[in-house]
Formats: sequence, structure tokens, C-alpha cells
Amino acid sequence: MKAAISPRSLFVALGLLLAFALWLSLALGPVSLPLGDTLQAVLRLAGVPLAADGLQQAELIVGQIRMPRTLLGLAVGAVLALCGVAMQGLFRNPLADPGLIGVSSGAALGAAVAIVGGAAMGGMPEVFAPYLLSLCAFLGGLVVTALVYRLGRHNGQTSVTTMLLAGIALNALAFACIGLFTYLADDATLRTLTFWNLGSLNGASYARLWPLLLVTLAVALWLPRRAQALNALLLGESEARHLGVAVERLKRELVFCTALGVGAAVAAAGMIGFIGLVVPHLVRLLVGPDHRVLLPASALAGASLLLLADLFARLILAPAELPIGIVTALIGAPFFLYLLLRGRT
Amino acid sequence: MLCAHKLSILRGDKRVLVDIDLALQPGEVLGVLGPNGAGKSTLLGALCGELSPAAGEVTLGGRPLQDWQGTARARRLAVLPQSSSLSFGFAVGDVVMMGRMPHGTGRERDAQIVGEALQAADAEHLAERSYLELSGGERQRVHLARVLAQLWPGGAEQTLLLDEPTSMLDPLHQHTTLQAVRRFAEQGAAVMVILHDLNLAARYCDRLLLLNDGRAHAGGLPAEVLRAEPLQAVFGLEVLVQQHPERGHPLIVAR
Repeated sequence: MKAAISPRSLFVALGLLLAFALWLSLALGPVSLPLGDTLQAVLRLAGVPLAADGLQQAELIVGQIRMPRTLLGLAVGAVLALCGVAMQGLFRNPLADPGLIGVSSGAALGAAVAIVGGAAMGGMPEVFAPYLLSLCAFLGGLVVTALVYRLGRHNGQTSVTTMLLAGIALNALAFACIGLFTYLADDATLRTLTFWNLGSLNGASYARLWPLLLVTLAVALWLPRRAQALNALLLGESEARHLGVAVERLKRELVFCTALGVGAAVAAAGMIGFIGLVVPHLVRLLVGPDHRVLLPASALAGASLLLLADLFARLILAPAELPIGIVTALIGAPFFLYLLLRGRT
Repeated sequence: MLCAHKLSILRGDKRVLVDIDLALQPGEVLGVLGPNGAGKSTLLGALCGELSPAAGEVTLGGRPLQDWQGTARARRLAVLPQSSSLSFGFAVGDVVMMGRMPHGTGRERDAQIVGEALQAADAEHLAERSYLELSGGERQRVHLARVLAQLWPGGAEQTLLLDEPTSMLDPLHQHTTLQAVRRFAEQGAAVMVILHDLNLAARYCDRLLLLNDGRAHAGGLPAEVLRAEPLQAVFGLEVLVQQHPERGHPLIVAR
């Protein structure tokens, strides 16, 4: 599993891939825009004074619909991949997933409370609904993760193994509660709940975007500062401690970053699986496990892959849309199995 | 200098280490011997702060061990555990480079030190290989190089603790590894090494500590500790002690 390509060439390749994914994401849809128009529309949106001849439609489509959706995909993909790296480092296992510490199931439970509870209270005001849903999902993720972390602590030490097992138990509990809400829901609410659980970048708006962008930025700036410590952690907890790493603080930071990052991503776009699991793994196969390269490269790769998956989700059945969680799982699950079987030989 | 005063460790209600006094002298290799469960690894765990003492204390450079901040401590004290659970495919050079984490000596100097440490552990030829492709013994040598790099070149205020560094090595590398450890001590650092092989201990250690049931049964020069009576008492093994025909140190043969 040593570096197959140099970090420099990987970053160049991933940069190009992301640029390509961004362009496709902005240009393609029910109305396909030529590259030139897309570019000019983006520049005008960014405040560059260009002549607006015949660009009104492109500007409207890009500005109002595709840009927020693209930014949402970019942030969700990047933050899920980053948190995947953090969890695989924390558990010192290349097959760990952010969902292990309960943040996804907690967020799903929060969303179920909001959707079913909101419907039971006779529906919320239209303007209020999306914020409440996102907020409940975010808080649900935080609460369950905090509980998992608390259960893993004993005598001032955090046992990663206990956290893993507590995560399994709380995941099961959260899904049981979601099941209960599902049972109580009426048909319309049930449909909302189901679709939310499948994940979608549909209905992205700038208003719902900025909290996620802030969180993504914070996680993307913070985790690379801990890249060396994460490398040392892979040697083992006591080895890392002997190398001067404040291991307890590092574990707390990793759990917090993941709760924040995945919580915000799920709150904004619903459940989107396998990005956090597969992307870091894939990048590791290409450049090796050094977190100084792995973290930024995973962010780029996660963003690109999610944008491409979203493109597939909205183009394959156009004008209808496939939930993106289905697409990532359809691609991710077989790939995961491939990694598993490949490691066995 | 790393010292233990009246050190006792509890595991549950059981005292697994009782009243150990110990000072690791600069430039010296102290060998710790004893049967399984005698408390050798417990002693190492207590000396590096992994286990907190029920009584007594450990001091590093005259200050209580727990008062040392992570990085400052890591520059003075390095620990090689019995086995490592690294399951990610770092290049061997990168694993050894992690030993330089507590230091800010710059890329060039670090690369030079990594090279020297790898050479000392006879693992230079592995530098470009992936860690996961290595055999158990090769991995052990890579980790030895890592902890050597952490303290390189080794000074009087630095301490290296090794838990059975030769357990997975072939006969040749058991000797080359302990020779490297000796040379490292001669550059100034204090070294404590847990060993099972009495003859390796006789040959490479300046002083020995024989543990039995958590207590120091005997301590001193190899010739004082490696006698038939204490070995019989601690290991329950009848031995003949002779003199190495060329080097003069004790040579232990089971009867």
C-alpha cells in the first residue's frame, strides 16, 4: 500500500478533476449551458463587470439553482471525506466510517423528530420548516455523539473500543426510535422522512448553505494542523503519547470535528453514505497513509466524487431525480466489498 | 536521569510491583530480567508514565515525571513497546521520521538522523519499503530505529526504555541490535532493556535487575546477579554458570 503516485501529481490530478466536476455541475441540467456562458455567468456572479448580452437566462440558472447546489455538494463531499479520515485515524482502522460514533443516526433521529413532530403539530410555517429540520438533525448528531464519547470515557481516558461498541448500541437505539416515528407517521410525512434519509442536494439555497460552508472551512483548516499527530496515533495511543502527542485532547478534537462536520452535512443534505468511508481509502491507495497529504487530497476527491454522483443522480432519470444517497451507496457498497476481498488475499 | 523511588504499582488489589528503587545512569545499559509475570513490563509502564504508582514516584531530571509536558518529555524519554499495532502502509523511512516529531531540527537534519538511526538498527536497506511488507523481526528493527531517532545522537539527560527488543529477531540480529543499543548508550544516554535471554543480558548489560513476583530479587553487576542460586530461586531453573572463554562474562547453561 505504498504511494503509487507522487503527492504533487495527485494534487494536480485532483485539482483538474474538481474543476471538471464543478464545470459539469454548473453547466449540465435540464437546460445545458455552453462552457463560455457558464464561465461568464460565474464571473458576473462573482462581480466581474462583463457585458450581459443574452446571458440573463444562464445567470439566473447558474446563480439561483446550480451554484448553491454545487457549493452544497462541494462542502458535503469535502467535509464527509475529511471526517472519514479523522475517524479512520481515531479508530486506527482504514475501514472505519463517521457513522460509527453515532453522528449520522443521531442526525437522522433529529430529523425524524422534526419531520414527524412538525407534522403532528399541524405543520410549521413554510419559511421556518427547513431551518428547524436542519437544526434538529444537527443537534441530534451532536447529542448522540456526545453520549457515545461520554460512554467511552473512564478514569479520564477515552477507550476507542468502548466508544465503538457504545456507537453500535446507540446507532441501534436511534434507528429503533426512527422506526417508531416512521410507524407513527402519516403517508405524506412518511414520504418526506424516507426521502430525507436517502439524501439529496435538491432545494439547496444560500440561506441553508452558509452554516455548512463555515463548518466545512473550520474542519478543513483544523484537521490538517493535526496531520502529524494523526500519523503518530496510527502507531498506537501510547506510542503517540511517547512522541509528545496530547492523545486525549486529539481524540476529543477528532470526535468534535466529526460531530460538527458530519452533523452539518447531514443536516443540509440528508444521509449520504460511503463517501466518508471510501474516499479516504481510495486516496490512501494512491499516495499512502501520510495525513499531511491524505487530508487535503481526500477533501478534493470527496468534493469531486459527490458532485459527479449528484450529476448522475439528477441526469439519469431527468426530469425526475434519484436521491443521491442511493447513487453513493450503489457505487460505494460494491467498492467497499472489493476493498474487503482485495485485502483478504 | 530517570529514577524510581520506592515505586509500587497496584493492579486491582494485587501489588504487581513493590518498593522498586532504581536509577538509570547515563552511559549505562541496565538489563531487567525475570520470569513471565514478574513485573518487568509493569516496571517499564510505570517508568514511562503509562501506569500511575500506588506509592513512590518516578522522576525525570529531578522533576516528577507527570510534571513534564508531552513534547519536552518526548525529547528526553523514548519507549519501545513489545509489539506495535501499526496497520497502515507507511514507507519505513516515514515511520522512523515520526521519531523526529518532538524536535524542530529541520528536514535536512531529520533526514540525516533517520538515515543514521536506520543504519544503527541495520534497517537501512528497508528505508523505501512499505512497513506492511516487512516481517515481524524487520518491523521490530524499524521501531528500534524510530526510538533511536527520537533521541539521536543521545546525551546524558536522555533515557531509552526497551521492552524485549530482540524477541522476534534472528540470532545475528539479536546481537547486532544489542550492539547498537550499547553503542547508543556509549554516546551518553541511559538505557533500560527488558530481556529474556540471560546470555545476551550477561554480554551487553552493565548492570542487571532481577525481578521476582514484583520485587527486586537481586541487582548489580552481571557477575553478581547471574549466579546459580538467584537464578534457581527466581526461574526455578538449575544452571551452570561458567566464564565466556573469550570475553570473560558469565555464560549460563541449563543443567
